[in-house]
Amino acid sequence: MKFGILLKEGPYNHQAADTAYQFVKAAMARGHEVEAVFLYNDGVYNVTNLASPPQDDRNIVQRWSELGDQGVEILSCIAASKRRGIADEVLSRNASITGLGVLTDIAIRVDRLMIFGD
Amino acid sequence: MLHIINKSPYCNGSFDMALRFALPGDPVLLIEDGIYAGRAKGCSAEKLANALSQHEFYALIADVEARGVKDLNEAVQVIDYDGFVELVEQHKVNTWL
Amino acid sequence: MGEEVKKIMHVVRRPPHGTIYPYEGLEMVLIMAAYDQEISMAFIGDGLFCLLKDQDTTKLEIKGFMKTLGVLEDYDVEQIYVDSKSMAERGLTPDDFCIAVEVLEPDEMGQKMAEQDCIIPQ
Repeated sequence: MKFGILLKEGPYNHQAADTAYQFVKAAMARGHEVEAVFLYNDGVYNVTNLASPPQDDRNIVQRWSELGDQGVEILSCIAASKRRGIADEVLSRNASITGLGVLTDIAIRVDRLMIFGD
Repeated sequence: MLHIINKSPYCNGSFDMALRFALPGDPVLLIEDGIYAGRAKGCSAEKLANALSQHEFYALIADVEARGVKDLNEAVQVIDYDGFVELVEQHKVNTWL
Repeated sequence: MGEEVKKIMHVVRRPPHGTIYPYEGLEMVLIMAAYDQEISMAFIGDGLFCLLKDQDTTKLEIKGFMKTLGVLEDYDVEQIYVDSKSMAERGLTPDDFCIAVEVLEPDEMGQKMAEQDCIIPQ
């Protein structure tokens, strides 16, 4: 099956980014294709390369970059990003900024759009 | 349709809302703080007991263990992330944020 | 993209202005409405307060979304559903709302939800 992920909260404050990540890993392990993780609302904070969490904690921003290496598109909504100061110059590896039209295409194309948030 | 709840029934209406609109036979998955709705104790337990006659309930084990909850209603089926994905394969999803 | 039209429902359960969710939710709805899919909105619980007439956010210095609600019809988002039980619980009637809505009983709303390909909580 084809999956898309819509993540509506930033890292750490809510569990949403953790649950979404674990879901993506499990879906890929079951042989599914996860097309994209689309970041909306405060979810756009998942792709700032200015984050540097303590060494003994998970690095949520880096997790998304690593999923990018495995072919998952990491997409941040342009309107939500601009509002919150997420721009190309602070974008983490493998992330890109795009429009809600792309989310619409994803929603149309995938078998399941999974939503994670608060 | 799979209904996913991620909030405690004690602070949020997600549990009530999901049950209001779920069709008989729809499964319900409790994740994150939603797992507290799966407990056999507390004033939410009766709601769960009633709902169990119409819905299968699942709870994500990672969230159950992380919260030290040991008093889930025994009819609630505990699953891992792999089981989560399997449920999503079988059902369309309605997430109650 | 195939020829099939997908049914996408946006569910609003939060009141206006306290958080940005309903506002950014409407932004998403308007974009999706341009894609010739079957878009609907469901207002449930405190989400009904988003529909109240005469919201004036001037003093908050927040843009608000009264105008956006008004243009939904122009974007062919005509399926706007309200949960009858949430409405009664809050002592509201359709006359309190700034746009025309279709009031559904919980079982009817449940049926509408079951028909969707995709449900997006806002």
